[in-house]
Amino acid sequence: MTANIDQGRRQFIVSSAALGGGMMIGVNFPLLAQAAAEGVNEVTHWIVIQPDDSVIIRIARSELGQGSFTGLAMLVAEELECDWGKVRPEYADVNEHVRRNRIFGPMTTGGSRSIRDSHKYLREAGAAAREMLTTAAAKEWGVPASELTVSKGVITHAASGKSTTYGKIAPQAALLEAPKEPKLKDPKDWKLLGTSPARFDIPDKTTGKQIYAADVRLPGLVHASIAQCPVFGGKLKSVDKSKVEGMRGVKSVVTAEDWVAVVADNWWRANQALKALPIEWDVGTNGEVSSESINTFLRTGIDATDVPVARKDGDAAAAFAGAAKVLEAEYSAPFLNHATLEPQTATALIKADGVEVWVGTQNGEASIAAASEAAGVPLEKVILHKMHAGGAFGRRTAFNEFTKQAIKIAQTMPGTPVRLQWSREEDMTQGRYRPVSLTKLRGALDKDGNWIGWQVRQSEPSIAAAVLTQFLKDGIDQIGTRVFIDSPYGVPNYTLEYAMRNTHVLLGPWRAVAHTHNPFFRECFIDELAQAAGKDPYQFRRAMLEKKPKDLGVLDAAAKAVGWGTAPPKGVFRGIAVSDSYGSYSAAAVEISVKNGTEIEVKRVIVALDPGYVVHPDAVKAQIESGVVWALSAAMLEEITIDKGRVVQTNFADYPVLTMRHTPKTEAILMPTGGFWGGVGEPPMAAVGPALGNAIFAATGKRIRSLPLKHAGFSYV
Amino acid sequence: MIEFSVNGRAVQVDVEPEMPLLWVLRDELGLTGTKYGCGIAMCGACTVHLDGVATRTCVLPVSAVAGRKITTIEGLSKDGTHPVQKAWVQLQVPQCGYCQSGQIMAAASLIATDKKPSDETIETTMSNICRCGTYVRIREAVKLAATLK
Repeated sequence: MTANIDQGRRQFIVSSAALGGGMMIGVNFPLLAQAAAEGVNEVTHWIVIQPDDSVIIRIARSELGQGSFTGLAMLVAEELECDWGKVRPEYADVNEHVRRNRIFGPMTTGGSRSIRDSHKYLREAGAAAREMLTTAAAKEWGVPASELTVSKGVITHAASGKSTTYGKIAPQAALLEAPKEPKLKDPKDWKLLGTSPARFDIPDKTTGKQIYAADVRLPGLVHASIAQCPVFGGKLKSVDKSKVEGMRGVKSVVTAEDWVAVVADNWWRANQALKALPIEWDVGTNGEVSSESINTFLRTGIDATDVPVARKDGDAAAAFAGAAKVLEAEYSAPFLNHATLEPQTATALIKADGVEVWVGTQNGEASIAAASEAAGVPLEKVILHKMHAGGAFGRRTAFNEFTKQAIKIAQTMPGTPVRLQWSREEDMTQGRYRPVSLTKLRGALDKDGNWIGWQVRQSEPSIAAAVLTQFLKDGIDQIGTRVFIDSPYGVPNYTLEYAMRNTHVLLGPWRAVAHTHNPFFRECFIDELAQAAGKDPYQFRRAMLEKKPKDLGVLDAAAKAVGWGTAPPKGVFRGIAVSDSYGSYSAAAVEISVKNGTEIEVKRVIVALDPGYVVHPDAVKAQIESGVVWALSAAMLEEITIDKGRVVQTNFADYPVLTMRHTPKTEAILMPTGGFWGGVGEPPMAAVGPALGNAIFAATGKRIRSLPLKHAGFSYV
Repeated sequence: MIEFSVNGRAVQVDVEPEMPLLWVLRDELGLTGTKYGCGIAMCGACTVHLDGVATRTCVLPVSAVAGRKITTIEGLSKDGTHPVQKAWVQLQVPQCGYCQSGQIMAAASLIATDKKPSDETIETTMSNICRCGTYVRIREAVKLAATLK
């Protein structure tokens, strides 16, 4: 099999943070002069106050259902001291962002970073605006600003009895210079942050009014369905367009190097014609790759000598040489697809001097850059409409291949808006998948059962090599190694090795990325070690986390909530795990029962989360509920396999995902300890899968090391 | 011409009889609240009421609804005040929201006939996929909706 990665194919990366990585790499937008035409009621670029006192707060990150429209607005409003009832969030315009030299900062919405990366400048914007508004009122009244008080958007001077509103004074305030270092409130004085006002995005999502990219309707709109080469890296060989010419509603067949699209007056007609279209592909060199051949390839990474060392503490070899007991195990995980419920969709309209695009995106900057590149026009000639996304989970970060395809199709019919929607089958087989992994773990115990040595060898395709090269360091993927490279356990002698084994399968960040399978491997193996040491798995972990109070804190909370150390109800078995990620700390405890030896009922999942601060408790709780479902679905059911170079699964029939029937009772423990800002969208998932694996072991004595768990003969009831 | 009623309005469409109702609603009638998710009647995003009963429309030929009454999410209530919609807002159910039209139509159909649905009934009746995993709240919201007017 071949191991080369086709990095250029349909992948265009503008920022690392877009993919849930660490730092933001600046997008190289041309330096534009500050736009002069700023509205007088724009107090700061984040805040517009209207004469009727309504407060528009601009949101640079994407609303994906995690509540960013509400949470980010709360950060501003807390310091602004406006009337929350008059706040209205709206997207920070991406075109304005380009014109004003990236004034809204990072727009990426991944890596659980919307709040933790922007809380400071958003709170400062609110504080600065409040200061400007009160200064403007003080000037008008000729009194010291220090004598003014503010409450819910009303400024009062008690001594003179004067008062005004933000809406009235905003035009004068907007003329003042913003203070450089506005003073922020002490968290103990927060009034809005830490409460759960109703989310702004919800009402329209209950009436059908919410417009997603799929719902864009424009005068003269046509619809397109696409078929891409089923083997990644392959090309279009030939297509017999005559077979669909004359079919009702069909407008045209558009081809590119590696795809074919049919355009019609109705999406169903486009898709029917596409299915009827004879297409021949040149599948290239990867047409014989299979899951089996990939596994064989991963095996070479386990067997190889001279593999890069990613972390080295103490002397693992010596510890193993002197160990009383050595344990060795191999764990594996499959490729996974996002399967967002809204398949990838974009609408494009080619105009005389540019392009207009409508797309659901996790990163407006990435989308506008992709559109600019595809259309061959400067950024300023792209009008980008950020639509709400029907699920994202990493799929709509930097990948804008669907945006580019819509533009390429639209270029064949200037003046006509083209809505490209992938079929579910296309979405399933042309994903950007969570990488497979084969990981070997060895543990050394001394005669007292203390964990003295640890050797981990990961063999897997590199997500950094595929899409985020800035996270490649000396052949080591700084994303793929997470959970191991930053493990909090105080094992004195520890070596981590990383064998990169790249395949032709396209990769992408999948909600929590490496914090999906790596915690499963680590935390299940630790249970194995505890058992070998004859120790309680919770206490075994505690001993190794002595110096990690935050990890210990959530672990203790989950253990206490599940009643660890007390006897569970008859027929109920427990598992526990812990894993920090994205700046937060989480632990999970799971209770299951097993019928007929193989039918698992997950009765209860507890997740304890310490994200430092909680802005909107109900939204955090929702992310925990969501994360539990996502994690259980992956652990138990989901798997993408490869045959003849292509993805085997095509729809939810062969890529089953968790439904309500299997959703357990979920308990969220929010325990913010303050002093740091961690993420929320991904951290709740990390410990759930391994806690389930450990509960299955407690119940059945069977240690499952290969995901999904269904392969071990277990089913859900 | 195929004639039927949508949200109380008589419509006539000149389309292939085998065109699924979903695409007639979305691309011919402009009712985009009903969503495409899988095209094989598995995910439930395309759920509407056919003569009052929750029905998946992505595989339902439009010819099958001739002379019948369709209600979509847009017609469930005038102003978003159907008990299911109220319960959905009260319990802050949706996340991305893409599946929720279908979830709400399935729930409305369920509580129309079962005023006190059990967890088991809800779980077996509502197999709609929510990739965001809002199931915990949906389960509670259906029960709440059944108590609302």
